[in-house]
Amino acid sequence: MKKNLPNKSQNVNRRKFIKNLVLAVTAFSVPAVLTAKEQLKRMQSWILGKDYNPFDHYWGMGIDINKCIGCGRCADACKQENDVPSEPFFFRTWVERYRIFHDGEVRVDSPNGAVDGFKKQNIEKGKVTIRSFFVPKICNHCDNPPCVQVCPVGATFITPDGVVLVDSDYCIGCRYCIQACPYGARYIDPIKKTAEKCTFCYHRVVQGLVPACVEVCPTQARVFGEVKKKASPLVRFMRMNKIGVLKPALNTEPKVYYANLDMEVN
Amino acid sequence: MEEIIQHLTPLFKEISGYIYPNEIELHWSLLVVIYPYLTGLVAGAFILASLVKVFNVTALKPVYRISLLTALAFMLVAPLSLLAHLGHPEKSYEILLTPNLTSAMAMFGFVYMWYLMAVLLQEIWFDYRKDLILWAQKERGIKKWLYKCASLFSKDISEKALKFDDKAEKVITILGIPSAFVLHGYVGFIFGSVKANPFWSSVLMPIVFLFSAIVSGIALVLLIYMVVTPLRNKVMDTKCLDTLASFLFYAMIVDFSLEILDFIHRIYESEESIHILSELVAGKLQFSLIVVQLIIGMIIPLALIAGVKMFNTPVELKRLLYFVSALLVQVGIFFTRWNVVIGGQLFSKSFRGLTAYKMNILGIEGLLVSIAILLLPFLILYVLFKFLPPWGETHVTTQPESS
Repeated sequence: MKKNLPNKSQNVNRRKFIKNLVLAVTAFSVPAVLTAKEQLKRMQSWILGKDYNPFDHYWGMGIDINKCIGCGRCADACKQENDVPSEPFFFRTWVERYRIFHDGEVRVDSPNGAVDGFKKQNIEKGKVTIRSFFVPKICNHCDNPPCVQVCPVGATFITPDGVVLVDSDYCIGCRYCIQACPYGARYIDPIKKTAEKCTFCYHRVVQGLVPACVEVCPTQARVFGEVKKKASPLVRFMRMNKIGVLKPALNTEPKVYYANLDMEVN
Repeated sequence: MEEIIQHLTPLFKEISGYIYPNEIELHWSLLVVIYPYLTGLVAGAFILASLVKVFNVTALKPVYRISLLTALAFMLVAPLSLLAHLGHPEKSYEILLTPNLTSAMAMFGFVYMWYLMAVLLQEIWFDYRKDLILWAQKERGIKKWLYKCASLFSKDISEKALKFDDKAEKVITILGIPSAFVLHGYVGFIFGSVKANPFWSSVLMPIVFLFSAIVSGIALVLLIYMVVTPLRNKVMDTKCLDTLASFLFYAMIVDFSLEILDFIHRIYESEESIHILSELVAGKLQFSLIVVQLIIGMIIPLALIAGVKMFNTPVELKRLLYFVSALLVQVGIFFTRWNVVIGGQLFSKSFRGLTAYKMNILGIEGLLVSIAILLLPFLILYVLFKFLPPWGETHVTTQPESS
């Protein structure tokens, strides 16, 4: 019994030492963890350039269907700006033409994504068109993006300023994101074999420019801007128009807002 | 680049209605059909084995080890089809190193590893441990060492040790049943959780996958047993065959009911997608879904086995009917996977048109590679059968060799 006594006090000492050690490590690391988040923010801003802090922005796009004339300049500009393969299988943005007839028939087409615009098509005799319009389509940069949810390696992600991007160094080309996107906004780059999509022309946005499709639109059917700041053209657009988003039932919370959206568009 | 253009351009002609311009390329091809087919066989074969260990269905003892080795052989090949399908297979390890925890697919590596290492290999090891030690004593040269290594140099074959083996096996099997459910149910979840695709998005999907897996696994073991036994000049255990056919029949009834439930539910709810899905099923999927999956793969084999059960069938005819049924079931389940994976991509998410799939013959995603991947498990199984003969003492008691 007596022999055990010194051992016991040794144990107590050891326990005390371990306790203190744990406390000390925690005490030192808490501020480190807290500041790490701040550091990360600073790092991100630094990478993107001195004048751009992604935490100060939150981007979205407005599209006025009544203003779109279907010239397809946006689709063309996008392909040139972003080196999208010119073949008619790969698009980051495209324009659809809707024609709704009196008998209830709906015809939709988008020849070559409207890169070359639309040609007039003759309609059969006796068929009466009751509504006709163009709908530009683009990645919706959802707030609740299914593509980001399903990516097995986290190669596709949502930036602090609300843009959904793909890190092609990370992408393994499993194509799950393409299956998960309800809008058909993604494709596999035929050379890189990784997923590609609209970036809102992030390389332009961080320099204070607007996306190429917005820049070239002759009728200003596309509006780019902050979703949350009062002085943004997008906020004004959303105040002046009645707004709809695509497939709202899927709860993807798109940040591409359509004015004058027709019920036939999906 | 040229290849893709040549592959995609002719597809323009086969499109009906309107599809989004990025949808011309069908993204999950034949290889992704094969993956759930293979894991289904693994899960099914394992659940069959668990009937012996956990539920004491002694009639199935002759196929216990066969089903375990079958599960292992198919398990080893299953990820190959996925790997071959990736755009960057060399980066696939990222799924294990930096998994995105919200992704169902990221769980693949963990589910797979768990099932292979914690369940399948352990169960096989405990089951074979005694035999491995005995074989190591009997054999010479390299084989002796191979067996020694395989037994992990254990030597104890006392009664106590063997009892422990048996106990361990039981525990692992009990653990293995939910694991097998997870292995294949999770594959169903990968499809069932895609809300963008109304053909896939269904809470029933994992359960339908699971029961079709059990169906295909039992049918496969039945086929292997019926082919291998005559090749070894042995007599088939009729009671074992009858029991296998019975379990196949029950599993098919459940599977069939679930599929019908899914079908009725969709039609009754009649959601936005019903028009395009009806067009799909009545058109492009008519042959593969209604003729092959439903009639050839389900109704005919069900009727055949029911016929055998109802009438007093002579043994030879009975065997023939079992064999034909199991073969038809295999074809049916393969096309079940086909219809889910390919069928689910044949309509546009605009719900306004149908796309097309053109199978490649050559190339990594082609037919030849797929056939090789489907044949590889049988090669592995042959090696396993040679190295770990699954026909133990159980067989001796049931074969009337003299007749």
